[in-house]
Amino acid sequence: MSQQLFTNFAIFVLSFLVGFEVISKIPATLHTPMMSGANAIHGVVVVGSILIALEAQSALFYVIAFIAVFLGAINVAGGYVVTDRMLTMFSKPKPTKNSAKDGDDK
Amino acid sequence: MMSPLMAVVSLSYLISAGCYVIGLHMMRTPKSARNGNRLSAVGMVLAVVMTFVIALQKNEATLISWLLLAVALILGITYGAVKARTVKMTDMPQLVSLFNAVGGGAAAAIGAFDYLSQPNGEHLALAFSIPVILDMIIGGITFSGSLIATGKLAGKVSGKPITFPGAKLLNGVVVLIILVAIAMTVGFASSPWILTIAIVASLVFGILMTIPIGGADMPVVVSLLNAFTGLAVAMAGFVINNQILIIAGALVGAAGTILTLQMAAAMNRSVVKIIAGGFGTDDGGGAATTDIPVDVKTTTADDIGVQLAYAKNVMIIPGYGLAAAQAQREVSDLANLLLAHGINVNYAIHPVAGRMPGHMNVLLAEVNVPYEQMKQMEEANAMFENTDVSLVIGANDVTNPQAREPHTVITGMPILDVDKSKSIVVIKRSMSTGYAGIQNPLFANEKTGMFFADAKKGLVEVIAATKEYLEE
Repeated sequence: MSQQLFTNFAIFVLSFLVGFEVISKIPATLHTPMMSGANAIHGVVVVGSILIALEAQSALFYVIAFIAVFLGAINVAGGYVVTDRMLTMFSKPKPTKNSAKDGDDK
Repeated sequence: MMSPLMAVVSLSYLISAGCYVIGLHMMRTPKSARNGNRLSAVGMVLAVVMTFVIALQKNEATLISWLLLAVALILGITYGAVKARTVKMTDMPQLVSLFNAVGGGAAAAIGAFDYLSQPNGEHLALAFSIPVILDMIIGGITFSGSLIATGKLAGKVSGKPITFPGAKLLNGVVVLIILVAIAMTVGFASSPWILTIAIVASLVFGILMTIPIGGADMPVVVSLLNAFTGLAVAMAGFVINNQILIIAGALVGAAGTILTLQMAAAMNRSVVKIIAGGFGTDDGGGAATTDIPVDVKTTTADDIGVQLAYAKNVMIIPGYGLAAAQAQREVSDLANLLLAHGINVNYAIHPVAGRMPGHMNVLLAEVNVPYEQMKQMEEANAMFENTDVSLVIGANDVTNPQAREPHTVITGMPILDVDKSKSIVVIKRSMSTGYAGIQNPLFANEKTGMFFADAKKGLVEVIAATKEYLEE
């Protein structure tokens, strides 16, 4: 086993354990936004896509790179935007403050 | 020795990784969650910017590369952002599933690119061959499997388990081909044929894996594919020797794994069983009775109105039927009406209510239900004894007391103890069974009144009736 593979593998295992620790403390109520947030994080694949795109030298590689960048960009942009949209709803003002209550009391 | 620029880049990647971990950590409370996601986004922007710094410094890319990169980025970002801005909250599961698909697809493409970049006919080093083949296979399975899941969730592919004769055999053959492709990559010289076989086989396997899974098991499948995407991205990181991909991929892999295990536990099914075939395929229950048995007591909107108006503590149990009828708004109107008259209202939410983990909470948050009123299963179960009226709307299996008895299909499944409350009202369209395909004795309980109606229409009537009694 090469040194580089071993180092990367250690990073992988430790990150997995950190992820397990952090995520197991998130309440079920927030599981959908968390999953969507995690989805955005794997959008980091776009970094890899950009790196290979800039190495491409011939038609086949241009096509593969284009697909990789396009898919990765959808993932990263969509993931963060939709998670933010969802979380706005969790921090909206409480309904007891809005007009529904006053209306019913008339 | 590292050049100063590379040191800056590496340090920035480390900061990005820190942003993801802390961002996820902040998702544990609704107050900090939004900033957590933004912190994670900052880390992402930093990682992308640093990637361009490397690229500019290397300065090896052709003009075509830059052009196609720009076009692909613009198209992808626009498409992703527009989808994310316009999606309805009920359609959230299919969007998450779509993002799994594209993430897995991108990871597989990176693997294919690097595999083809190797000189043809050469033996690959293990440090490269193992991750590259796993990247392409996991990525391929995730891509096609998630697209099928997206189709099922959106109703474009039948939500029912699709099975056909010889499916098991075909599955076995495909798995064998995948194993052979792995062995060929690791043990033999590289060739475009191995790549083609590996990718086609994994795409086929993704489809075969997802089509037999029934609608009720979707939360598990979406979580599992989420874990797969994380793994595929991590493998892509191994292939191009980029640690930020490895770290982020492992984090997501962990998230998906936890959710998969929790969802499977909440449905009392093993992950293996779910993947092996849908719920509906082995219940053998035949035609579910839709007749109303004589021992079931029906009730009226007027009667429910009286009960609610004179209650102190009300618990609402929302199920998928509520979301299907788009009646979240009406539920929150009813709750606000009761709250305005000093009646306590809470929501008891089962982990698998909805079509992905925590989906029901998002649907309720959209109609301004405060976070504090959403009670998770354990918390809610402690409250039922002091609940005057439990209002079950479009939920079935998750309230079925048969789960506490031996030898039923749902034995051992964690349920909401609705039968412990003083009075129960069930709003449901008919007596039809839930996904488990068995009758629910809760409906025949002497404390239970059944109100047969569409959730939305039924609630409108209940609101009108309750208003009358409250304002007398």
